[in-house]
Amino acid sequence: MRYLPHTKEEIEEMLAVTGHGQLKELFAHIPENCRCQGEIDIPGPLSEWDLTDHFQSLAANNLASSARAVLLGAGSYSHHIPEIVRNLMSRSEFLTAYTPYQPEMAQGTLQGIFEYQTLTTRLLGMEVANGSMYDGASALAEALLMALRIARKKHTVAISSAIHPHYRKVVYTYLQAASFKIVELPVGRDGRTDCSGLQNIDDLAAVALQSPNFFGVIEDLETAALKIHAADALFITCFSEPFAYGLLRSPGASGADIVCGEGQSFGMSQSFGGPGLGMFACRKKYQRNLPGRVVGETVDLEGKRGYVLTLATREQHIRREKATSNICSNQGICALTAAAYMASLGSTGLRRVAKLNYDKAAYFKNGLIQTGAKLLFSGQTFNEFVLRFADDFKPARKRLLAKGIVAGIELSDFYKEYEGAYLFCVTETVSRTILDEVIEELRS
Amino acid sequence: MKEISELNLPADLFYSDDHEWVQRTGETIKIGISDYAQDQMGDIVFVEMPDIGDTFKKGDEFGTLESVKAVSEVFIPLSGEVVTVNAALEDAPELVNEEPYASWIIEIRPTVESEYDELLSRDDYLKLLQG
Repeated sequence: MRYLPHTKEEIEEMLAVTGHGQLKELFAHIPENCRCQGEIDIPGPLSEWDLTDHFQSLAANNLASSARAVLLGAGSYSHHIPEIVRNLMSRSEFLTAYTPYQPEMAQGTLQGIFEYQTLTTRLLGMEVANGSMYDGASALAEALLMALRIARKKHTVAISSAIHPHYRKVVYTYLQAASFKIVELPVGRDGRTDCSGLQNIDDLAAVALQSPNFFGVIEDLETAALKIHAADALFITCFSEPFAYGLLRSPGASGADIVCGEGQSFGMSQSFGGPGLGMFACRKKYQRNLPGRVVGETVDLEGKRGYVLTLATREQHIRREKATSNICSNQGICALTAAAYMASLGSTGLRRVAKLNYDKAAYFKNGLIQTGAKLLFSGQTFNEFVLRFADDFKPARKRLLAKGIVAGIELSDFYKEYEGAYLFCVTETVSRTILDEVIEELRS
Repeated sequence: MKEISELNLPADLFYSDDHEWVQRTGETIKIGISDYAQDQMGDIVFVEMPDIGDTFKKGDEFGTLESVKAVSEVFIPLSGEVVTVNAALEDAPELVNEEPYASWIIEIRPTVESEYDELLSRDDYLKLLQG
């Protein structure tokens, strides 16, 4: 399905029907001072060659474009994207400016979203998934709002301070204006969230943890689930690296009620931070409180299989201010990309790539520890971890940069109390040669 | 949809402006939606009910009914405390369409006796429907 602008002939045809001589007469009711006056001040057109040059020189400013390796994660991950995913996603039927939802003309897209939902529920061990949300951060905010809707009379939520700082900011933006109370849970020496104080929090609707959390530490979701449910609250888990669930026990099997997070790792390039993919799933008993769009499978009048939006009666265009959320859309192309990516790898492939991430990160972590670096937290990690160095790491970091290796994020940018600690990430894309080179650099 | 003359409106019940019916049984009352309301909504696929022990003031929303067309709130015609909810509707919401007067949604213990007088009789409700 294509969305093309109207041709001059089509516009004239429509104006003839409406009885307007010129297009601008249609805007006559807009006050003069609200209309754009004169020309918009933008540079003139460039030739194709000049334009390519211009953008290449802009791109050259990005360190990542010339880097040999990027050992950074913190919510955005460098993973290999199979060519089949790029190829499928460049098809014009999928790559439209708007996600078509009309069942009579968009069966392909709807089936794609349905498959995405199915794969998401399998990965996360949940029963129902929506057609996706904007990104991991807004998905977490929506999950907390959903829990508050389910709890009805409660107004407080607790979130781990080991949740990605950007996600927490978005949560504050969403919830504070609606006068909900947010309590932040501290982190223990193992880098895991300390849930021991939950019984002392009144009016608690939900508790949210991230696993692996911002420090790369894998939370003990099973134990947390018991404590959270004992406090009569819903358990929300979020993630920024879904690959972890190629290897780890799923959040659903660990007792989570709502699971959400960022799906960028599944076939989306890092592209200066976006677009992302908000993955979102829950238990079936909460499906009527699920925000966003949901595609369902049905049969048409002739009994043939077909796909349609379902539970749409709870969406904003029908229920207005009483809608479950103000999200009436999804990240269509990104959800399809994730579906294509998950289907390309399959569960075995996903597990193998996840294992590679884990093994390479463990190799790098141990190598750095042998140079004298110390783990900030004792908890188990997946493909990210935090280290503190005996000497200042800054000069070494600079030397590595000169060699085209971007290593480590300064944790104090996000947590003042962890001065001198760095967050590293190793994915399957980094070769052992590079890892050895970094370890060698620190040894010298 | 049914004509007004086709509606089943039992004379021994009371009605509200919001199309709920009320039946008094001793100290408690049962509340459901009228034949007119179920007919307007179409096939009901889900009934969302309050918790037992919840208290409401007259006019408060106490639940929602979801049909294939829309989700509608149901408003309580009398202040009171919820004593029971009709659990049968959880698995068989279509009963609201099939037997609107057997399919009560909640049973409450009313707290403001005078509100009873503000309900509509069958004839008053019929007049309301006829406009």
